[in-house]
This record gives sequence, structure tokens and C-alpha cells, in this order.
Amino acid sequence: MKTSEITRRQFLKTTGALVVSFNLLPPARQVFAQFATLPSGDIDPTSLDSWLAITPDGFVTFYTSKVEIGTGTITALAQIVAEELDLPIDRIKMDSGDTSRTIEQGSTVGSRTIERAGPQIRQAAAAARHELLKLAAERFGAPVEKLSIVDGVVSDGAKKVSYGQLIGGKKFNTKITATGTGFNMKVAPEVKAKDPKNYKIVGQPIKRTDLPTKVTAEHDYIHSVRVPRMLHGRVVRPPVINTEPVKIDESSVRDIPGLVKVVREGKFVGVVAKTEWAAIKAAQTLKVTWAKPTSKVPATPDELFAYLKNTKPARTLKAVAKGDIASALAQGKKSYQATFRWPFQMHGMIGPSCSIADVKGDKATIWSGPQGPFRTRGTVAKILGLNEQNVRIIYHEASGSYGRMSTDDGAEDAALLSRAVSAPVRVQWSREDEHGWETKGPAQLDEAKAAVDGDGKLLAWDFADYSQPWTASGSTPLLASLQVGLKPNNPGGSNGTQGAGEIYAVANQTILAHHINWHFPEPIPLRTSNLRAPGDVARCFASECFIDEIAADLKIDPVEFRLNHLASNKRGAECLKAVADKAQWQKRPSPAPTTSGNIAKGRGIAITQRANSYVATVADVEVDKTTGQVSVKRIVCAHDCGLMINPDGVKNQVEGNLIQGMSRAMYEEVTFDTNGGVTSLDWKTYPILRFPEIPDLDIVLINRPEMAPLGAGEGATIPPAACIANAIFDAVGVRLREAPFTPKRVLAGLQKKA
Amino acid sequence: MARILLRVNGKSQTVETDPDTPLLYILRDDLKLNGPKFGCGLGQCGSCTVIINGNAVRSCQVQVKDLGNRAVTTLEGLGTTKKLHKIQQAFVDEQAVQCGYCINGMIMTTKALLDKNPKPNDAQIKVALAGNLCRCGTHIRIVRAVKRASGQKV
Repeated sequence: MKTSEITRRQFLKTTGALVVSFNLLPPARQVFAQFATLPSGDIDPTSLDSWLAITPDGFVTFYTSKVEIGTGTITALAQIVAEELDLPIDRIKMDSGDTSRTIEQGSTVGSRTIERAGPQIRQAAAAARHELLKLAAERFGAPVEKLSIVDGVVSDGAKKVSYGQLIGGKKFNTKITATGTGFNMKVAPEVKAKDPKNYKIVGQPIKRTDLPTKVTAEHDYIHSVRVPRMLHGRVVRPPVINTEPVKIDESSVRDIPGLVKVVREGKFVGVVAKTEWAAIKAAQTLKVTWAKPTSKVPATPDELFAYLKNTKPARTLKAVAKGDIASALAQGKKSYQATFRWPFQMHGMIGPSCSIADVKGDKATIWSGPQGPFRTRGTVAKILGLNEQNVRIIYHEASGSYGRMSTDDGAEDAALLSRAVSAPVRVQWSREDEHGWETKGPAQLDEAKAAVDGDGKLLAWDFADYSQPWTASGSTPLLASLQVGLKPNNPGGSNGTQGAGEIYAVANQTILAHHINWHFPEPIPLRTSNLRAPGDVARCFASECFIDEIAADLKIDPVEFRLNHLASNKRGAECLKAVADKAQWQKRPSPAPTTSGNIAKGRGIAITQRANSYVATVADVEVDKTTGQVSVKRIVCAHDCGLMINPDGVKNQVEGNLIQGMSRAMYEEVTFDTNGGVTSLDWKTYPILRFPEIPDLDIVLINRPEMAPLGAGEGATIPPAACIANAIFDAVGVRLREAPFTPKRVLAGLQKKA
Repeated sequence: MARILLRVNGKSQTVETDPDTPLLYILRDDLKLNGPKFGCGLGQCGSCTVIINGNAVRSCQVQVKDLGNRAVTTLEGLGTTKKLHKIQQAFVDEQAVQCGYCINGMIMTTKALLDKNPKPNDAQIKVALAGNLCRCGTHIRIVRAVKRASGQKV
């Protein structure tokens, strides 16, 4: 154990671990990590000291591989620590995302960090509280039961002792239980944590700890990290992945002052320069002749969705299969069928990818902003051919990423360029690089069939989703890895949880997710990965519009029709009722009675479940019948994520996800050419929602203190598309079965109807 | 290469640089000012906004040789965590930030707006911020923060 600690210290020294502190204000109460290590060199989760350390003046540093990605997660996790330790939150410092001193708790993804890492962190903090109480009991000669804690001071009624006095600067040397790994690690189940009834900090709308530095220029974003002797790199990407440089004319950039090197490795091309502007100029000027791409992809929506429908699925997941769907469909009094189309969309980080690498011999230090620092450690180790433990990832927050930074491409680029010039290199992607090469959310085709009985109840529900898997996720190589010749050995992960969000009770029900590969095993022209609420936005758009179609045909109020099928789902029904109440929903079937004038008003509803959280939304829209322009006036939302850690944090996330969900529904579609080259390369060709278009938001937060905390936010991205489409139908009687809801599509619907 | 004198946040500084370098890179790389952010380099997103002559300007679109004697104010020129400017304080009070990458542009555009129009209404705020993109969806809170900063009821 001792040996490995010394090795680790040497490693930190030789890899420039301390360099970054030049860029940062040192934390007010710095504490040296006191973690224990495993033989591999990684941090031992069964040592309490690996989770937290306490300074002599009573400040706690808590170590976690979970990271702040703009959602307020780190503040909420700090609240959990503060609660268990009975400390004010400003005495908690979260030391986050450094692979050399944190335990791998899985990536920060899926709005599920509170649900999955929350209990791990709570139990570790609770274990520390028990140890502190034990130490105080020994000191006082009093039983633990007689002790109380206020703001980190333990008292037996007469005597007082602070945490700092009890343990400050020293190790606990306490073993705790930690079984399993990552998301599923169970930490210290033997320790009894606080009863939620006694919570004073959890459940409070505590202000986010990262905001003061973010409204000033003091936040240590990855883009603002500077390492001594750092050079600037840029990548030079091909038109599409399936091509290689035939000729690189280095004389084309010879005259650019400050150019250090043109780098080529396999199909990867980049430049390194002394200044950022020189690197930009060199990347723009360098003449590279690329081989004519041979890839062909179905580039128009019609071709694309025909491809999804007509290609034999690589595999099919059966999310739900109950009853006898074929005979139920045949027996129904009325039957329905519809097809829905959802385009490729992008994460659209406002700040493009940025990473710094310093590769020295068989070691590498990477400064980057990944959602999964340990995942980046793995991909960088692989592309450099190093042992994982010889690669250290130091996390710095990037731009909000919504799943994009699950795939840390920039770290690989920086690693290749740093190795090529034997110096630290900072790589900043251009806007065109980011739009063109970020991993897209896959397109989806959804086919729905249903039958109802004579009482207007759903008898059969047959739903099939066709979508590409994530080609850039898990075990599949990232962009630079593909370019240097690493081969994918599987088609990639499934696109989310299609069908799992289905909440209605129908006796005969089939929900399938077909995985349609794209040119596997060749590199896939259009890269795909998890985009916020993966799979579920399109799934909910299809299923919640389809159920609305059926309700409208039966002339039943859409809320009533849903409630008729939610009898066995208490939380779902309560969420739906809560949103209807808040929106002052008037009971009537859709569409609304026709009105005169150019502007038609409508309202629509939708509900979803995601990772056991419930979200229901109502949209009020106005449709201009002459232009097809849709204006979303208001979105009302009811949100149930179990016990809320920070209600204002939840609200901020719900608001953001509603807005982002609306943006995806109204404006967003990635276009590409027949070779698979993306043609949505800036904010003009890929517009997103802007200030003048924001609707009013009205949010009901349903708190369930009796439940465990669940994921908040991402679920609220899901229903806006469906409720807006339903509201458009309510307003003008036009069913939109393809997003985004452009004026052209609405107008085409109006003309078809006329 | 050329020596160029800049006036930034009340200080005069000389940089030795390629004269066609966009101001953004001079601010960030030469003067180590982290307020303005690189978002697009195309003048489309607003992350790099600074104030020049009282106007909110995209620093990625200004070549440093064209700046002349005009004074530049960056986010650093407003306040620090120890002493927040009232606009920064309003953004904290309204918790009007998520990832915060766009917030430099939001605050600098707000500063230019309020200097010209001290009590803007909602519609005027939305028009002023129409060229600033926020992907996290913090728009509603940002509008509230601008109103709060201008001393209006939110």
C-alpha cells in the first residue's frame, strides 16, 4: 500500500499535477487528500478517507468523480454531505472529477446523479458522522446517544468539541463497505443515515455554489485553463469520416508565423502553433486533398425513414409484450394507425469541445470537461497505448453538454497533438468542427397501432421504434480513434429506453425497439450518441400524439381519456391532474371549435415517465393560419422526482429542459449530404430557440419526502414536443407527425385539410 | 507582427501580435481575461461579447488592428466575486445561470442595454438579447435578472 502511494505521488509530480493551481484561486481551506489506494493505483472505496477529509478548522473536502455540468448537481450533492454532517454548506468543498483522487462512481449522465450517486455520498458522509460521534463520545466519556451536533460542533450538553479538533488534518483510518462498481456501487449500507424527517439542508432551495464565479470571470472553465509552455492546436477534419488525406501540402502554411507543426497520424490531421490565431489560420489555410468519399447515405428525410423502415434490424428489444396483440387489434371496435418521424438533432454546446493534453513518455495528463472522467481516461489510454493508471484526467467544467461530453473527442485530439510535439497542447474545436462532428441524437421512426373497445377503452397498443444505436458510446472508438485506425467491434449502445416510458394500462400491448445499423462494420458517416432524454423525446412525441388522435376521434377530452387508462398508476394520474389543474384545463374534446380570424388558439397535453420520475405538460399555442407560424405562449408542467434535494435547483432544470424540448420540437433538424457530411454547420443552418420566442412557464413541483430522490430535469425535455403538436391540432385540426414543426409543415397540413 | 496599444478595463496595455487577430484571442490569450468566451467565431452566439463605445460588440468579429483608441470593457471590468456588479448580483439572486458559458454575453449585453435604457420592459429585454444564444434554457430567469438589475419588479 505504501509503495503505491509513493508511486502515485511521484506520478503526480512528474505529470504536472500541480500546474493547474496556477490558474485557480487555491480553495480557502485546502486539504491534502488522504485516500487509500488499491493495488491498481486507483482509489479504494472501502476506506472512509477516500471519500472525505476534514481540516483542522472544520472544513470538509468531499471527493467524487461526479461532475458539475451546469445542472447544479454538485450543489445538491454538497447539500447531502452538509446534511449528514450537520455543517453549513459553505464548509463543504466538493473535489470533483480528478481520476487520481476520486472513486469511479460512473458518468454524470441521464439526470440520474442524485438518484444513483446521492445515496453513495449520503452513506459515506453518514459513516463519517458516526466516526466523529464515536471520537467525541470517547473524549467526553459519554454515550453517543447523549450527543448532539450543531454546525460541526459535538456537544454532550456541557462540553463541546469541533470536527476540526476531533479529526482535523488526520485520517479516520476507518473501513466501510463498498460493493459493486460505478453507478451500482453500494456504499456503507451498514450505516444508518439521518431520518429525512429531520432534514434541515436537504429540501431547501440553497443557492448554487458555482454561480458567483460564473457571473464573474473567475470560473475555471476548461476553456480558461492555461498550462505553462502550452501550445495551441486545431484539428483539420475531412468532409466525412470515411476518407483519408491523399496529399497534405505543408508549403501552403509555411508562411504562417508561429506555426510549429503539421501533424498527421493515419487519417488524423492537425496543426500546432504558438498562438491560437496562428493555429486557426493554419487549420483554415492548410491544403489537404482528401480521397473522394465512398460512403453513401440516405440524405433526404424520405430516404432516411425508408432506410430505417426497410433495413433488417440488427436486434430488436422487446420493452413490453403482453396479451395477444394480433387478435386484440382485429377484435377492436375501432382501430388506428399512424407513423411518426423524428430527425437527427444535435446537443449544440455553446462552447465547442476544448481539452489540453501533456503527454510525456508513458504518462499523460489531460485537462478536459467530460461527463465521465474515467471513461476519458480509458479512451485516451487506448489511443496512446498507455496503461489507464498512467493517464490522469483533471476535470474542468465545459459548456453545458446534454450528453455530448459523454464522448470526449477533444481529449483524444489534444493527446495526439501533444505527443507529436512533445509539449502541452490545447485543442479548441471551431464552431464548424462542433456542429459537424459532435455526436448526433439519432433519427427515429415510430409506428403505432391501436384498437379500442365499444366503451372507448384501449384494447390493444402496438408500438415499434426504429432507430440507429449510438455509434460513439461505451466501447466504440471516438473520432480521432477511428481516424488512427481503431476499429469498432460492436454496433454501439441502444438509443435510450424506447418504450420504457409507456405508462398506460392496456391488456394487449407490444412495444418494440428495432436497432438499425448504418454501414457497420465500416465507420459510420454520421456519429451518434446519447442526446438528452435519449430515445424518449421521439417515443413520447409519437405515443402521446397517437393517444391524442384516438381521444379526438372518440370525442373524449384528452385528459379524461388518459386518466381512464391510468387507474393503476397513482403517481402518473396525480401528475396529470396537477398539470391540468394548474393550466385550468377546460374539459372538452379536441379540436377546439373553429374561430374566425387568422390566429387560432389551441391547448395540448402530454405525460411521460423517465427513470421513475413523472412529467406532464400542457402547452397553449397560437397558429397563424395564413403563414403556418406557431407561437408557443405558455407551457405548464407538473414534475414528480420523489424527494427533492433542492427545489429551486429542480425548478431551474425543469425550466431549462422545457425550453430545450420546445426548441427541439420547433426548430431543430440536422441536415447532411449523400456522403454523410453534415451541412448544419453553424447557428444559421441549425437554429435554436431565441429570447423573443420563449413561452411563459408555470411549474408545479410535486415533492415526495417519503420516496428516495430521483432524477430531475431531463424528463422535462420529453413531453413538450407532444403537447405542442397536440395543441396545434387543437387549434387548427392539423396533425403533425414529423418534427420540427416548421411553418412549412403546418401550412402543408392546413392546405391538405382544406 | 505589430505592437498594438489597447485600453481594456481602464488599463492601457501593449501587445505584440498579428494585426488581423480577432480581439477575442488577444483578450483571452494575451491579456488572460476569461470573461469573453469563444462560442462560434462567427458573430452568431454572443458568448464573446464585450462593450466598446457603449455598445455590446462581438469581440470575435473585431480585428485588433481596427480597434484604434477605443476603450474595451470586459466582464472583468464589472465586478468580482468579492464585489459583484449589480447586474451580476441580480443574476445570482435570480439563480439565472446553468452552465454559465453564455452568461458573459448576457451580462455584457444587459450592461449596454441598461446604460441606454434603464427600465426596459420584457419585450425590449428579449429583443436586446435576441442575438445571444443560451442552450441550457435559462431564458426566463435571465429576463427576470435583467428586470431585477434595473430595479423593476420581477
